Amino acid sequence: MGETIETEARFASAVRADAPPAIVLEGVNKWFGALHVLRDVNLSVANGERVVVCGPSGSGKSTLIRCINRLEQHQEGKIMVDGIELSDDLRSLDAIRREVGMVFQSFNLFPHLTILENCTLAPIWVRRMPKKDAEDLAMEYLTRVRIPEQAKKYPGQLSGGQQQRVAIARALCMKPKIMLFDEPTSALDPEMIKEVLDTMVMLAETGMTMICVTHEMGFARQVADRVVFMDRGEIVESGEPEALFSDPKTDRLKLFLSQILRGH
Amino acid sequence: MSDITLNTAAANVPEAVRRAPPVATTGLVAWARMNLFSNWVSTAVTLALGYLVIRWTIGFIDWAFLNAIWSVPSVNGQSQTQACREIKGVGACWAVITEKHRFILFGTYPYEEHWRPLLVCILFVGLYIVSAMRRFWTWHLIPIWAVTLTVIGILMWGGSGVLGWMVESWTGRVLVLLLLAILVGVATGRLHPALLTPHAMFATMILGAQLGLPFVPQERWGGLPITLILSTFGLAFAFPLAILVALGRRSRLPAIKTLCVLYVELIRGVPLISLLFMASVMFPLFLPEGMNIDKLLRAQVAITLFAGAYLAEVVRAGLQTLPRGQYEAADALGLSYWNKTGLIILPQALRLVIPPLVNTFIGFFKDTSLVLIIGIFDLLTAGKTSIVEPAWQGFGIEVYVFVGALYLVFCFAMSKYSQDLERELNQHRRR
Repeated sequence: MGETIETEARFASAVRADAPPAIVLEGVNKWFGALHVLRDVNLSVANGERVVVCGPSGSGKSTLIRCINRLEQHQEGKIMVDGIELSDDLRSLDAIRREVGMVFQSFNLFPHLTILENCTLAPIWVRRMPKKDAEDLAMEYLTRVRIPEQAKKYPGQLSGGQQQRVAIARALCMKPKIMLFDEPTSALDPEMIKEVLDTMVMLAETGMTMICVTHEMGFARQVADRVVFMDRGEIVESGEPEALFSDPKTDRLKLFLSQILRGH
Repeated sequence: MSDITLNTAAANVPEAVRRAPPVATTGLVAWARMNLFSNWVSTAVTLALGYLVIRWTIGFIDWAFLNAIWSVPSVNGQSQTQACREIKGVGACWAVITEKHRFILFGTYPYEEHWRPLLVCILFVGLYIVSAMRRFWTWHLIPIWAVTLTVIGILMWGGSGVLGWMVESWTGRVLVLLLLAILVGVATGRLHPALLTPHAMFATMILGAQLGLPFVPQERWGGLPITLILSTFGLAFAFPLAILVALGRRSRLPAIKTLCVLYVELIRGVPLISLLFMASVMFPLFLPEGMNIDKLLRAQVAITLFAGAYLAEVVRAGLQTLPRGQYEAADALGLSYWNKTGLIILPQALRLVIPPLVNTFIGFFKDTSLVLIIGIFDLLTAGKTSIVEPAWQGFGIEVYVFVGALYLVFCFAMSKYSQDLERELNQHRRR
């Protein structure tokens, strides 16, 4: 699976270093009860940057990206998204969620709505877009993820890979500036992983700011500007994918890489 | 990229010959052999039960139809029921229904005005049928319900001088101005046409007053209209209340949550009978001197609150079943709380609980008969009262079969409708 991607050429970075950063995390801490799941996390993601977050399970990577659109609340530190600070203020939260799209491990499509309705729901109700325009937009993105012919079906009638591509299209219909991927391929059968990764690569080519939690190292090599390795709630190492994978500095990353590679 | 048909390797392999299932396992005879006569025990049970069913059916047909008496002569307004008494136990005396059906259906409502409650029942049934059709599931239902219920009120009470009140009293004049303002708003396209509902209601009232129907006080209402009024209003108000309470119970705001928990637990912890007693006996004690809310309304409120608590728990069960991912996906898309609840959460949660919801609906339809203990004449009470007269004493079975059949018609319709609705709304779960 990974090999096909690795053989393709890496494409140029779309990082716009001159623009203000898309996401800034400063000294972010979070606890689940007594469990310290994020420890002093500092991370700055530039506009157009593609960051892959990896690490063993329970290392806090999902919690990290779920804090960015406040599906989880951080308890200490500061998170700025697109220049707006995340706080209890509902208005700023709405503004942020409009700009940040998210794709989940378990797809989370709305099973009672058709594929098309899944995609038009948020543009119509949040962006106040006329229904016709929202449908045109949805069809455009469904075509881009290569499933326009499924528009009238219900999510339950689609395969896992197709559902995840719909989930990506649904998030894109809100025209977000930032996309978060929370292990998008972990719930998929092996033969469906590629179709989802291909879609994500295509998205990366458009210069979208992306943060992906994933174990797909081939994908990381091909598209990531930076790989962030997390363990036990902290960022242990980060850097360009080639450098990080070929020359790990810490034992924890070495151990993780050896486990990942053994698994493949 | 092709869509997921990666296992194309088997395409060139000739397909195995499809065979029909063995003949002996399909068809009526095979089914009977498999399920009814598979061994000597089940054969014996089948024969024994078959005998009982046939005997009972024949017995019932004999009693209810062949030996039944459909009418009895009447002398000086007194029914002569000797013929009925002679065949008691052998044949049914449907004469009691022939004689008393109008009392059972409409209670003590003035006899010559019976067409009014009859029309009310027909309107209720029409309202149910219209509301059941998905074609009408738009905002049009709101004015349809409001106007129909207004018509029902006019028919039951008789006309009232609402026009005079609107012109002469200050509150009436303010109301007229308000209605005019809304009318202008709708005409200029600034307000939703559903807001014209009160206009339609007042227009109906003014027109209804022209009919000059004599006034019938609530004490004289009875029978089927009472049952339909109590259950329709009760459930129509209890259902939205239940949804709000169920949502409130899951709220993160402690005050709202506590209030909803208290409401559900307090109401649920008390029998409906005691709630009705409280409404009819205790509640008036708290009211200031001279102020009196009528008994039917108080019973109505008690039933609504009671049904609300039960339905709230059913709805909450549905909310509980939804995976957290649905909430998170809606949040991540930036949907507001009410959009999320109205478009994502409730449509799914309510579909899941259609069977227990209808279960509760049917239960409350029948529970309205408990109002007999505070002296309201519903269908069952009217039936019971109809056989108090000495001539008809002892013909309870016939009356209760009749009343039971009426309840059955409504409950079975609800149950059948819910099955269809479930099938239709859960299409997305079929592949």
